[in-house]
Amino acid sequence: MSNHLKKWSLHILLWMVGLGVWHLLSLAYGPEILPGPVYTAKGGYELLTDGTLIQYIGISSYRVLLGWTFGSLLAIPVGIMIGKVGPIRAFAEPFLNFIRFIPPIAFITLFLVWFGIGETSKIMLILYATFFIVVLNTLTGVLSVEEDKIRSARSMGASEWQIVLHVVIPATVPFMFTGIRLAMGTSFMAIIGAEMIASNEGVGYLIWNSRLFFRTDWIFVGLICLGLMGFLTDRAVGLLGRKLLSRYGVVSANSLRR
Amino acid sequence: MRAASRQNEIHIEQLNKSYTQASASAGGLHYIIQDVNLAVKGGEFFVLLGPSGCGKSTLLSLIAGFVSKTSGQVRVGEKEVERPGQDRAVVFQQADSSLFPWLTVRENVEFGLRMKRMPAEKRKEISGEFIELVGLAGHESKYPRELSGGMKQRVQLARVLSNDPSILLMDEPFGALDAMTRRTMQRELVRIWQDTDKTVIFVTHDIQEALLLGGRIGIMSAGPSSKITDIYEVPLAYPRDLSDPAFHALHNQIQSHFDE
Repeated sequence: MSNHLKKWSLHILLWMVGLGVWHLLSLAYGPEILPGPVYTAKGGYELLTDGTLIQYIGISSYRVLLGWTFGSLLAIPVGIMIGKVGPIRAFAEPFLNFIRFIPPIAFITLFLVWFGIGETSKIMLILYATFFIVVLNTLTGVLSVEEDKIRSARSMGASEWQIVLHVVIPATVPFMFTGIRLAMGTSFMAIIGAEMIASNEGVGYLIWNSRLFFRTDWIFVGLICLGLMGFLTDRAVGLLGRKLLSRYGVVSANSLRR
Repeated sequence: MRAASRQNEIHIEQLNKSYTQASASAGGLHYIIQDVNLAVKGGEFFVLLGPSGCGKSTLLSLIAGFVSKTSGQVRVGEKEVERPGQDRAVVFQQADSSLFPWLTVRENVEFGLRMKRMPAEKRKEISGEFIELVGLAGHESKYPRELSGGMKQRVQLARVLSNDPSILLMDEPFGALDAMTRRTMQRELVRIWQDTDKTVIFVTHDIQEALLLGGRIGIMSAGPSSKITDIYEVPLAYPRDLSDPAFHALHNQIQSHFDE
């Protein structure tokens, strides 16, 4: 218990030091170049009271969650299929290794042309960003299922379909989960880019639009919100994983961050 | 007690397993095992003994139907082995890679029954019986990661026995255990074998283990192109006594095969 207390007081101390350094630097450079914590808090309060901040956080989260959920749901069966079916893998692997080097944001113009200026293009972009990461991780998981597990299931009378359902999928869960969790980070990066270029609302829009008024404090508010959103969703996903999937070996989920 | 049944006999005739070397310098066909002949009677405890890398495991995989033979015959009962079947259960060397870590002990033991869509009540009855038999009563709801190495191998044993196979194929299942646990598991295996009347083929590179367990011991020569060179009858009663002079004499006799 006292260890816990020590850890937390250390945390708080570190944050205080960070804020202090930030404040000192802001004094040195002036609020236009580097708005300090007080300035940023004021700007944040301003945005909070007129409702834009909540609305922007809401819309950005909505885009991310929707695209990420559909992307993951689509990617898992595709990853399993590529992993399980040799001919499909032979065809898909070079393609996957080609496309995974193209950052999602590079597609934004094309997605605007294909899916319109509305919500669809942004959600599709997140879906795309999520899809390949989850496919690749699922695929890796399927390929690393121990042969002994498959053989023992087979000699206990499991059909090929039962092996996929009762051996390959459960054995791959930790990999899927890692993919899903990593994809969350990429989704945030993609949505901010997309909102900067092609949106009238959202945290990315806030950060980009603030330049017109030279409100660097609003930019800081946007950055902090992004960090918080990412941190909280990652925590939530990690907690959910540990609670629901611990039997599949999703216990070391925290090691991703540490 | 051990009624010889034709269903759990194993006949191996002129069995070859080769692979083609990719590099031209090595040239052509390489035999892992060559011209293996063996007849194992129903209910027999047969030990395959040989140095590491001699193809014992390959021979076991061929009987299990995991890999396909190059030529020759493997028959179980009247039937030619073509694929894995529930009549031949396999206990693997590494419990960690063969058990399902997301399932509890009971769920692992029930796996085969669940694949057959047996109702839960019946499953529970059968799994309970075999968990009891291997001495894991009270550990039913633990996960494999919570068990010791010896206990994991007991789970593997219960898991295959619950499917009522006629043949047990065991690939150095006690190789990774400490000496004490190993001795206990060897005794337990003999007891279970005597209780259940299965044919057992047990692979090992440990002469003492072979002599503690086997009714007959087949000596495999070092690979490549290994084959069964000699077969020893072990005329000693179970449980075997390590201090028995006859045990020693056999030990030395077998040892001499590997000394040159």
